[in-house]
Amino acid sequence: MANERTFLLTAVEPVATATWRLRLSGDTTGLCRAGQFVMVSVPGRYLRRPISVCDCEPGLLTLIVKVMGEGTAELVSLAPGTPLQLLCGLGNGFDIEATPRDKEAMIIGGGVGVAPLLLLCKQLREADRHVTAVLGFNTRADIFLERELEAAGADVIVATADGTAGCQGFVTDAIRMCSLKSDYFYACGPRPMLKAVCQQLRQAGEVSTEERMGCGAGICYGCTCQTTDGPKRTCKEGPVFKKEELVW
Amino acid sequence: MVDLSVNLGGIPLDNPIIPASGTCGFGLELNEWYDINILGAISLKGTTREARFGNALPRIAECRQGLINSVGLENPGIEKLLAEKIPALRAIYRKPIIANISGFCVEDFAFCAERAEGCADIDILEANVSCPNVHGGGMALGTDPKVAAEVTRAVKKASSKPVFVKLTPNVTDITAIARACEEAGADGLTVINTLLGMRIDIRTRKPVVAASTGGFSGPAVFPIALRAVWQVARACRIPVMGCGGVSTAEEVIEMMMAGASAVQVGSANLVDPMACKRIIEQLPEVMERLGLKDLKQLKIN
Repeated sequence: MANERTFLLTAVEPVATATWRLRLSGDTTGLCRAGQFVMVSVPGRYLRRPISVCDCEPGLLTLIVKVMGEGTAELVSLAPGTPLQLLCGLGNGFDIEATPRDKEAMIIGGGVGVAPLLLLCKQLREADRHVTAVLGFNTRADIFLERELEAAGADVIVATADGTAGCQGFVTDAIRMCSLKSDYFYACGPRPMLKAVCQQLRQAGEVSTEERMGCGAGICYGCTCQTTDGPKRTCKEGPVFKKEELVW
Repeated sequence: MVDLSVNLGGIPLDNPIIPASGTCGFGLELNEWYDINILGAISLKGTTREARFGNALPRIAECRQGLINSVGLENPGIEKLLAEKIPALRAIYRKPIIANISGFCVEDFAFCAERAEGCADIDILEANVSCPNVHGGGMALGTDPKVAAEVTRAVKKASSKPVFVKLTPNVTDITAIARACEEAGADGLTVINTLLGMRIDIRTRKPVVAASTGGFSGPAVFPIALRAVWQVARACRIPVMGCGGVSTAEEVIEMMMAGASAVQVGSANLVDPMACKRIIEQLPEVMERLGLKDLKQLKIN
């Protein structure tokens, strides 16, 4: 159930180049579906910012914010103790049950798209699915969540475009080079990466897409995308779509 | 106890607050956030003769104190509005429904009005001659007094329902359009739709919205909307629904003092889905502070 809640910013920590981890305390009851997002109100900015939930424990919400413009820069410069108004529980989230029990799930992230994979990994592991995480970054300094995903029980493969860490190339190269197999995949990242992943992987899967949003609450139809099943709101029927729904 | 009720051209409303077309979907979208029966009325998303996907993405650009949208009248078409959207809304909502209709030529408006005529659940028709996001129609129809009057006459001819014409501020003299619509038989006017605006991403050197330009709305346009409402209310005798940048109960009262009979709240819903609820809850307190017992006959001295 989507609703507005007030959280307290408790910590802002750098995790990679221009990438910050925000820890927020507040009521997280019923909000912990992996792949959902929150709309964060930034003081002095008109629209809220859509940010995917990285991790969620009782009373504690973790967000990863990549500084893209003035709004996100202001968000990560807020002092701990600042109250933040969040629209919570937005979007459909990932479908854990789509991976058959005791089967292999591959979770694939590119750049800041790695953020929602942590909660996804934890929930897949809790549901007894095996998890291989494939993380793509431009360079070594951009890497984040590698250790956290390992700690959560995933086999982690890193790819960097410049070869400064892990396999050289994109996530699709790493999957090919390491002959990674899975029964179902989940992906989040830039659109060209999602397209390449969907074209390369034969197995079924789902991807979390990103669009510029107005309300994030299903009201304004600012983020409607075309799917094979007709127009759908990224913020409401998405942001996660089945591979076969997407129109490239 | 203060009295929040108003009369919108013969239609009694429990309060003057109406979420503006395009900022509340077809009602159910907003009802997920609160019980929309607290509203004065609701103005549904602009509907055209045929279904429309709307403009390419991105459709949203943030601005200081507002946003640009270029949604481009995404809607399922008039038939689906009547067969699915309105019955679904009516099943949970008892207050007046304003159906916002749009088109690319006079005949489109007449067609939608004629189809809507058979729908008893529609209380008011709002003819949108002011959408800045569709080419070859929409706003172009609302920038010429003769054409705006022609649309008004066609809709009035096709329908026995009260007809409000929603005006664009992107004209030299809004009162000329307003008077033309009044003379053509409009029962009321909605003032104003969005202002044509633009943003450019200075890194990519591309317009932020794919359609290049879009409709600018939000708190920044409130003074412009207020001025337009004031001008139109003085120039015409028919009721005006004030619209543009309203986000507080104080601004609702200010808009009514400028001559609005009811007030539409737009962009505020996109920042805070509970905006209309909060405004309705704040109104009594603000009225008491101002010594107002009701919202009728608010005027400037």
